[in-house]
Amino acid sequence: MSATTIRNGRVIDPANKRDEIADVYIAGGKIVSSESEIGKSKSEIEEIDARGLIVAPGLVDLHVHLREPGFSHKETIESGARAAAAGGFTTIVCMPNTAPVPDNPGTIAWIKQRASTISRVNVLPTGAISKNLAGEELAPIGSLAQAGVVAITDDGHCIQNHEVMRRAVEYARMVGLPVLDHCQDYDLVGNGVVHEGYWSTLLGLPGWPAAGEEVIVMRNILLAELCDHHIHCQHISTAGSVRLIREARARGVKISGEVCPHHIALTDDAIQNFDTNYKMNPPLRSQNHVDALLEGIADGTLSILCSDHAPHAGFEKEVEFDAAPFGIIGLETELGIFLDLLVHKHRIIDLARLIEMYTVEPSRLLKIDAGTLSAGARADVTLIDPEMEWTVDVNQFHSASRNSPFDGWQLKGRAVRTIVRGKTVWVK
Amino acid sequence: MTTRWTRKDLLGLRELTADEINLVLETTNAFKQVGRREIKKVPALRGKTLINFFVEPSTRTRTSFELAAFRLSADVINIAATTSSLTKGETLKDTARNLEALHADIIVLRHSSAGAPQFLANRLQASVINAGDGAHEHPTQALLDLYTIREHRGKIAGLHVAIIGDILFSRVARSNIFGLLKLGARVTLVGPSTLVPREFEKLGVEVSYHIDEVLPKVDVVNLLRIQHERQRREYFPGLGEYIRLFGLTKQRAKLLKPDCLVMHPGPINRGVEIDSEVADGLQSVILDQVTNGLATRMAVLYLCGGIAA
Repeated sequence: MSATTIRNGRVIDPANKRDEIADVYIAGGKIVSSESEIGKSKSEIEEIDARGLIVAPGLVDLHVHLREPGFSHKETIESGARAAAAGGFTTIVCMPNTAPVPDNPGTIAWIKQRASTISRVNVLPTGAISKNLAGEELAPIGSLAQAGVVAITDDGHCIQNHEVMRRAVEYARMVGLPVLDHCQDYDLVGNGVVHEGYWSTLLGLPGWPAAGEEVIVMRNILLAELCDHHIHCQHISTAGSVRLIREARARGVKISGEVCPHHIALTDDAIQNFDTNYKMNPPLRSQNHVDALLEGIADGTLSILCSDHAPHAGFEKEVEFDAAPFGIIGLETELGIFLDLLVHKHRIIDLARLIEMYTVEPSRLLKIDAGTLSAGARADVTLIDPEMEWTVDVNQFHSASRNSPFDGWQLKGRAVRTIVRGKTVWVK
Repeated sequence: MTTRWTRKDLLGLRELTADEINLVLETTNAFKQVGRREIKKVPALRGKTLINFFVEPSTRTRTSFELAAFRLSADVINIAATTSSLTKGETLKDTARNLEALHADIIVLRHSSAGAPQFLANRLQASVINAGDGAHEHPTQALLDLYTIREHRGKIAGLHVAIIGDILFSRVARSNIFGLLKLGARVTLVGPSTLVPREFEKLGVEVSYHIDEVLPKVDVVNLLRIQHERQRREYFPGLGEYIRLFGLTKQRAKLLKPDCLVMHPGPINRGVEIDSEVADGLQSVILDQVTNGLATRMAVLYLCGGIAA
């Protein structure tokens, strides 16, 4: 087995409240506590000089669309995993809106098998809440749990029938799976494609009102309370959602929320040239909503950062605005955007909290074995240069798709090396 | 006038300056004179090819553009797609490339998606004229409305214009709002609160839900077609209630100032947004709008057609 020493980096391991200049030792794919435990001669140990770098537990992105099976022209497990590694992620959680839908153990087994042979990072599948994501009948959630899903979700869809959702949450509690929900009331949102407000009014594009998200966040809070089980609200985009989650968490309700980079980096005025790389669901909101998201990140109401990496082929996006599919890719830009905006520009959180939101928080939610540099843990490590200035170039992306609105952005901070099970899978 | 026209495309009024709008109106005036001659045809676009590409059904706008192109001596073909490009299986981009391969000089596009003309214009050498895109803009309609108002009232600045009806889904309303405000008019929107959300106030207009308070104050009323058939959801309880609250009935028309103009982009729903007596009455300039539409479209084709490579 190989061995590695990462020398002289600033080790930030929020799980152990650690922030110090130190060495990190890896042997047999695991973190070991001292050099002597490696048990190898110096010549056999790979040395990584981490001076000036952050040595963090491998980052987790719990909201990624890998598109396989079914849509491999957009992304594959292999290309998505390469993009993840290049973004600093050692573990990604893939969403179930594939074809076939993973509403059965067989499809989960296929995804896990495929990932184990071709993915350079850990790929953790989610299972569907409802059969075929139709929101009507429950998928075999217990069997999905046994097949190894880390959560259930109908992401991309939202169960509209509150009774079905209630039974799903109650059932998921029995098998110990958290429920992730894409919060969208179909009646209120209708055919909305952009935030309902000034720009939708000006451009005559169908509006997607903030209340269309908030009413489902409220529903989820009530059901989390009723069922005493965790519901995690995906890609929170509105001020009202932040307020509702803040109030509910203060009362101890098992509710949480995540934020995507585009929802804090951009506002809805970006849509005025009808560029479909600014079309995502939920949509870009106005500045007051962005401000509320930043407050929610600052006070811990929104506890998890993620990408909602949603690849689409160029020909699919290069159509009329309201005909284009929702979503943008994010794995290779999210860490840079969050470092640049949250840590450097707005100074809303420090590096340790940012890392915590990418490691401890998602690992705790999903009850997965990730997100720490504790001795004995799997040696998933991300090296970050928080000061490196770089320019986003979509043509350099590892993802099979290019649908990013951030091409050409100048960012400060990025991952420079990604280590999975002790092996470097990507280096800048 | 010293303004020069530099645009190959006409996508909307939001991007035009007041000077550019006035230039179109002046050019319209010249072409209106041509329409009164015995020989109504001029050689301005001789040898140019214009494609009327209508992805959404239209009779009057298409006919008006077609006739305008004939009067300018352009060669015209019409492509009508009853379905959207997506359901047809060919993307708008590919359709555009095909039109380009046919060496079209001017493409007049009507499309159900906001932004579709800009999408084409960004990808084509040819001029793209927006003949209505979703609920976004319908610039030639607003230009002909402005021309008609100016023709009858001698000016736009300082006039108070009420636009009444389904504002939310109306591209005519948006283009009129942009044009009227740029030329110094005051604009009040009137209609059910579901179709005239307060958000419109941020565009610089006033919003009222009480038509009887607005009618006596205004110099122009522009009534929009109630597109009950296009609405996916219920925006008001029914046509009967709409007429009761917002219809320009002959009784209500008595509230209008004697010199107030009554306009409608057509096609009109007699007895719904407007009573027959009012549509055909002395204050109505609805048919003038149609006549002016021809001259306006000649002006737009002439100006943009002269820019395209």
